[in-house]
Amino acid sequence: MSTITSTFVVHSPRDVIRVVFAALAIAFLVAFALVQITPFALTIANSFKCDAAVENRPMPFIPRLETVTCRDEAGVFISAEEQVDGIFFRPSVDGYRKILDSQLPRWVFNTAFLSIVVTILRLLFDSMAGYALARLRFPGNRVLFFVVLGTMMIPGVVLLIPRFLLLKQLGLLNTYQGYIIVLAADAFGILLMKQFFESIPQEVEEAAMVDGANRYVIFFRIVLPMATPALTALTIFGFQGNWNNFMDALIILGGDTDLYNLPLGLTVLRGSGLDVQYDLVLAGSVITTLPMAVIFFIFQRYFVEGISYSGLKG
Amino acid sequence: MSSVSAAASDAAPVRTQAQQNRADSAAGLSFVAPAALILFVFLILPLLVAFYFSFTNWSGTRPLDHPEAYEVVGLKNYDRWLVSGRRVDDFYRAVRNTLYYVIGVVPVQTVFALLLAVVVNQRWLSRKGFFRTAFYFPSITSSIVVSFIFLFLFSAGGPINAVLGAISPTYEPVAWTTNNDGLFHLFLESLGISEDTIGAWVETEIMDLEIWDWIAGPSVALSTIMALAIWTTTGTLMVIYLSALQGIPSSVYEAAEVDGATNWAQFRHITLPLLRPTSFFVVTLGLIGAFQVFDQIYVLQNDQTGRTTTSVAYLVYSTAFEGNSPNLAEASAIAIVLFVIIFIATLLQRRFVGGDRAES
Repeated sequence: MSTITSTFVVHSPRDVIRVVFAALAIAFLVAFALVQITPFALTIANSFKCDAAVENRPMPFIPRLETVTCRDEAGVFISAEEQVDGIFFRPSVDGYRKILDSQLPRWVFNTAFLSIVVTILRLLFDSMAGYALARLRFPGNRVLFFVVLGTMMIPGVVLLIPRFLLLKQLGLLNTYQGYIIVLAADAFGILLMKQFFESIPQEVEEAAMVDGANRYVIFFRIVLPMATPALTALTIFGFQGNWNNFMDALIILGGDTDLYNLPLGLTVLRGSGLDVQYDLVLAGSVITTLPMAVIFFIFQRYFVEGISYSGLKG
Repeated sequence: MSSVSAAASDAAPVRTQAQQNRADSAAGLSFVAPAALILFVFLILPLLVAFYFSFTNWSGTRPLDHPEAYEVVGLKNYDRWLVSGRRVDDFYRAVRNTLYYVIGVVPVQTVFALLLAVVVNQRWLSRKGFFRTAFYFPSITSSIVVSFIFLFLFSAGGPINAVLGAISPTYEPVAWTTNNDGLFHLFLESLGISEDTIGAWVETEIMDLEIWDWIAGPSVALSTIMALAIWTTTGTLMVIYLSALQGIPSSVYEAAEVDGATNWAQFRHITLPLLRPTSFFVVTLGLIGAFQVFDQIYVLQNDQTGRTTTSVAYLVYSTAFEGNSPNLAEASAIAIVLFVIIFIATLLQRRFVGGDRAES
């Protein structure tokens, strides 16, 4: 804070303009931050309310310590007034209890399993291909590079139907394998790794080659351990992308609720039409977001580095 | 580079250069094989398959190995959706919705991201990390979760209406997610202009859609989806801009300051030009994403708003998998058209924003 005050000692009209600009800028930032944070806060608060209380006015957002259940001993839903008191409300975990009784735990497992497997395979295949494109002269190297670059232009929507058909023909529709194999390598990751390998000096590899090491040994023992920053970025993108992947899950796993991931499962929990079951949906949203949020807060630096890394390619 | 590798091969008498090349070639092929195979089978082949099926009449019900599974029908699917068939108005309605969506979302999220990045990058601002986190957080959240959050926020009894009601006692709650009124229509209405009074020209049909429908503007329901998209994406783009800004050496600004350039002049003549490659990247990302909007529509669309919220991408899905007579061939044709639209849009913006050559 001391830096701010020292910068804003007012001497001239130009300084006044600066101070006004700074005040406006900070107001803009704070307003935007509020707009970004408030919906999450409201979602968490309302996920602890019974259906009747969700639409209560004014909307209470501060939980009391004492909890309630949404049905009384006779099994009748309690009224909103029994849960709400001004800006305070008595939280209920009924929404969470209900979704934990649904298939949600299974979907949590599916999501984690698919995200981890796909990410590991991508780390392996993308870095191998990226290394070959960056360092190894083989027939078709240049052509393959442009083909990989070109595939980034293909919109996912175009692939929706033919992938569905292909997996159906292969008998992989509604299987974990089907989802995994389709996403096990991606053009973005290959290019990211290629770019990284081009940026590290060749001398190390050459020295190893003098010692008689072959390319496989060099790659897995020497080059790959050096690639941690790029691999971290790839891990984050791969994991996040698959944790939140809806469209591929809808097409590939949509036929078997046992195989759903969380985003796909949430659309089922919602109920049909306009009659949305908010307690379920909001509790499900919190559970879906929580693991990513924890990972984000722990590895925040890498998220930001990763996205900068991809942005610089522009 | 060449001197280094020459020195290395001099020092490696064990293997000749030719042997090394052969070994590298074999290693290279085996290294790219898994990824190349996956990309070929699940990206390139599907594109070709979609292209091929768009010229057939295969609805998807008959098994493909059936002798009469399908026939090649030329451009019939394209004609049916784009030119003179029964579905032309559905298609152009989806095109209209998608265009309003893109035009509304991409510029706003880009400008917001740039402004936020510039402010966060100011030397005097403390707690940069807090703002970066707050802005970036929605980007790591599932699009489906964000859609549900917005469905809740904008529901008839939801927080948005509650806040507006608290501000103005005369406020009538708006059914945001089910309202089909176009924003431009509402604006014209507030000026006292309606379809009947504006003149007969609005009833002229262009591609099976009246001019009046073309100029409707995004519906209230679509606008909430657009707000959602802007809300989610701005943070990601802002982080990209921020890292580009931090890459500009401060000496550039110091030199400008010595020359007496104002803040605005510095922004206009230094920051913006230096950010051009980043802007190109950010707008390209935005365009490709916005043209393909699907997840959010899937959640927020309902029976009442189908006509004003269906995007082209959603039309592909619903034509292929929903309704009484799903048709994979027709859906493929729409998908190919969307591919072409995105391709053209990216080329156009290359001309306007400029890519790699921007700095020269």
